[in-house]
Amino acid sequence: MGAELIVIAGKLIVLATLLLTAVPVMVWVERRGAAFIQDRLGPNRVGPWGIIQPIADSVKLLFKEDLTPAGVNRWLYFLAPMISVFIAMLTFIVVPFGDGCGVTILGQPLGSLMVASELEVGVLYLLAISSLGVYGIVLAGWSSNNKYSLLGGLRASAQLISYELSMALAVLGVILATGSLRLDEVVAAQSGKLWNAVPQFLGFVVFVVAAFAETNRLPFDLAEAETELVAGYHVEYSSMKFAAFMMSEYMNMVTVSALLVTLFLGGSTLPGVHLEGWLGLVVSLAVFLGKVAFFMWLFVWVRWSLPRFRYDQLMRLGWKGLLPLATVNLVLVAVGVARGWTWI
Amino acid sequence: MLGQYIPVFMAIGFAAAVAGGMIGLSMLLGRGRIAYQRQTETYESGMLLLDSGRKRVSVKFFIVAMVFIIFDVEVAFLFPWAVAAREAAKSDPTTVLAVGLTFLAVLAIGFVYLWRQGAFDWARRERV
Repeated sequence: MGAELIVIAGKLIVLATLLLTAVPVMVWVERRGAAFIQDRLGPNRVGPWGIIQPIADSVKLLFKEDLTPAGVNRWLYFLAPMISVFIAMLTFIVVPFGDGCGVTILGQPLGSLMVASELEVGVLYLLAISSLGVYGIVLAGWSSNNKYSLLGGLRASAQLISYELSMALAVLGVILATGSLRLDEVVAAQSGKLWNAVPQFLGFVVFVVAAFAETNRLPFDLAEAETELVAGYHVEYSSMKFAAFMMSEYMNMVTVSALLVTLFLGGSTLPGVHLEGWLGLVVSLAVFLGKVAFFMWLFVWVRWSLPRFRYDQLMRLGWKGLLPLATVNLVLVAVGVARGWTWI
Repeated sequence: MLGQYIPVFMAIGFAAAVAGGMIGLSMLLGRGRIAYQRQTETYESGMLLLDSGRKRVSVKFFIVAMVFIIFDVEVAFLFPWAVAAREAAKSDPTTVLAVGLTFLAVLAIGFVYLWRQGAFDWARRERV
């Protein structure tokens, strides 16, 4: 039991560090990527190619004066950014970051590289926890006692719950094809046949669009919408409390990209590659991170390429577009499963 | 059985420590430097504050919330079916398909009703 706990704690610390490291890297990629797309230089003074810039920014934010605006609801005002970070740090534990390839540590088999490798309810846990993230945003919006914040928080909550339905339905198609809620089994079921993105193309498209909406990214960032709401739900936040919202947004992007790769693009596997031992472990982790990196870049790419939707367009797309599409996908997969087609 | 949740509890502890530590540290390092009381005023694009931010909320948001709860609960009901379908379809595919499609059909009737009532139209005048 002792060795088992040490292995779990080790996985938790390594993978959480990976996630937390991804945040400043992603901020840097976003700023440099924006500069690249807009034909300017971007941050290039702090460290080589400006790569230390996000670290310098977070140190600055840590030392900024801790301001509590008048008229806020103190408890909720402090609680909201904490909830956001807390929820963002809970979701990644059911995502397999790689295959253990039979490696043992302290006599314990490593299993797949996910923290909660025994958890049977994987996807259900993930959907349940990630929907709690709405609380951070809506409480921040309301407790700030600011009109911009209130509007941003309300919009964000309506948007998040609208797109969550389509997302859950798209996930349901994958679960139907796999027959298990565990994400490592979803990955295992995709090896040796087409990745889910091909037979469930509709579900894949719905999930990608919903992923942008769920992370409040352009073209769906109505919750922030600088031109009309200043900064949306975090207008009144400064110093580390503001950084907490930024951090949770970027962590959610990492998690949702990881989920996308796991559910639809074969996770840490490459077709035709079967390695053993430590080499296999490192290669599978690298493959997984490579696939995730592509979607992270897609987030940046789309952000600087597409304009923002209007709010009624956003709601129409969510309810009248994605929801029926996701249901059609589910029906198609159900028919395929009932017919006993194994390639689905 | 409960053992599989140990990593979840460990993650909860870790996440709480990171979230609390971050905010706590910045409170510690950045305290007690507020120079002017004007600094703490609620931000309203540099204008003088007109009234409170506690506004009444448009009923549209409540409609979205209600519709969400209805459909989300129904989606939750579909998960057990989805997990069991592949195994069950080996012996009795017709029943598996019929059960799932009947449930989705009931869902679709409600969906079409809400659509025709205009529950999904944000900008037009509501008929709900």
